[in-house]
Amino acid sequence: MNGLRLYVRYVSVILRSAMQYKMSFLLSALGQFFVSFNVFLGIYFLFGRFHEVKGYSYSEVLLCFSIVLMEFSVAECFARGFDSFSGMVRQGEFDRILVRPRSAVLQVLGSKFELTRIGRLLQAAVMFVYGLGHCRVEWTWLRALTVLFMVLGGVVLFWGIFMAYAALCFFTLEGLEFMNVLTDGAREHGKYPFDVYGKRILQLCTFVVPYALVQYYPLQYVLGRSQQWQLALCPLGVAPFFAVCYALWRFGVRHYQSAGS
Amino acid sequence: MITMEHICKSYKVAKRNAGMKAACKALFHREREVVRALADVSFTIGEGEMVGYIGPNGAGKSSTIKILSGILTPDSGRCLVDGRVPWKNRMEHVRQIGVVFGQRSQLWWDVPVADSFVLLRDIYHISQVDYVNQLEELEALLNLGELLKIPARQLSLGQRMRCELAASLLHRPRILFLDEPTIGLDAVSKLAVREFILRLNEEQKTTVILTTHDMQDIEALTRRVILIGKGRVLLDGTLDELRHSMERVRVDSAECAEQPESEGERSLEQVIAALYEKLDIV
Repeated sequence: MNGLRLYVRYVSVILRSAMQYKMSFLLSALGQFFVSFNVFLGIYFLFGRFHEVKGYSYSEVLLCFSIVLMEFSVAECFARGFDSFSGMVRQGEFDRILVRPRSAVLQVLGSKFELTRIGRLLQAAVMFVYGLGHCRVEWTWLRALTVLFMVLGGVVLFWGIFMAYAALCFFTLEGLEFMNVLTDGAREHGKYPFDVYGKRILQLCTFVVPYALVQYYPLQYVLGRSQQWQLALCPLGVAPFFAVCYALWRFGVRHYQSAGS
Repeated sequence: MITMEHICKSYKVAKRNAGMKAACKALFHREREVVRALADVSFTIGEGEMVGYIGPNGAGKSSTIKILSGILTPDSGRCLVDGRVPWKNRMEHVRQIGVVFGQRSQLWWDVPVADSFVLLRDIYHISQVDYVNQLEELEALLNLGELLKIPARQLSLGQRMRCELAASLLHRPRILFLDEPTIGLDAVSKLAVREFILRLNEEQKTTVILTTHDMQDIEALTRRVILIGKGRVLLDGTLDELRHSMERVRVDSAECAEQPESEGERSLEQVIAALYEKLDIV
């Protein structure tokens, strides 16, 4: 049986487990919805006073935010095992993973599947549809494809960050909260295209942690601010970043095997 | 089947004293201490053998099991299990071994045990035919029956341990590592688990390595005992040999201390305790 099918089996077991706690599931999903709804309100009130932020209209910002939120929620939904990896190391669960004949990455992915993030995804979908209807973008196939590409690239990007975080858990379990800047922080600030924060931040988000590659640059093409279709390929730039994160993970696993918990 | 030669393993452990002041200090400067978990451990275990691996807490039992099961890489030394170096080809290696950690479950908590088994079938690439056969066998031997329909979290400890044993044997491993399999079990469950392990070893010729603090486990199950302390093998022999060294210990201590040696035979527990003290490995 190949990895993907096994992953589906894992998820099915997790979903069946979650069904044992229906109320908890419902409340968490609702909670997730309201957390991001708050952020939406922030944007809403801001645009009640100002009609644009650095040239971006209300609906354009909504489009941007909804895409980032989608990227993040999907990544969090299926890569949650990496996001909550410290618990796994602390409880010795990772030993169990190592004595099973499957790749560790697959098993960690299969250890958690956070369906409650559907609340956030729903929020993102609503905003996306609203933004879609109200911004003056001529939709072409290539533009639609670009959006899909952005989401895919963003999911891989956040997955990479989660994995890098998990890799650090092999070395220390203390003070890793700072990693939240890269995940939750990026989600919150990603609601505006990164150029509104100035050139420095944009550079940081291009070359260090390439958020802008799945947000600002391709968005320019989607919104018709640039006619260069090549911008649609920007999400590909996430690949080297992901490779680095994966290498870090491998390094962490090897360290774990030589150092013990 | 299993050879370990001069295996050494040490850990770096962050040292920190109690209290707020020490905690703050540790933020900036961590003192590290090197702990030798294994200092030159060697032994060989033949196919189909059942070996008790004993020693006080912190003697290096878990480290040994972790090395043998491919979780840990030793600092130095050679180790071959069934012709494989455990930590080099992990995937191939773990397909042939089963591991039961008595303190940790390998079952999915909220789904019926049977669902966990099906997932394990997929993880281990077990064909449906083999799976059905093996499950039938295990079901009969461990008296699982109705248990399979119950979520793991609702099982009693004894029931769960029987399921854990089945779970780690679905893929018919040739070697089984048991890390304190009877911990916390009531008498009935203990006996059931012991009887099952005995039969497994006799009928399937599965090699079993058992770590435990329960000396009755050792008495009931193993003919050979490896005693380690402070990372070294101190004794490798039969239970009788172990008792024998106890005799020597008793003679020694009778000479120098009060020890009214009135009782004819001391329990194995006392023997071991005396031995640990004598060897200064507690």
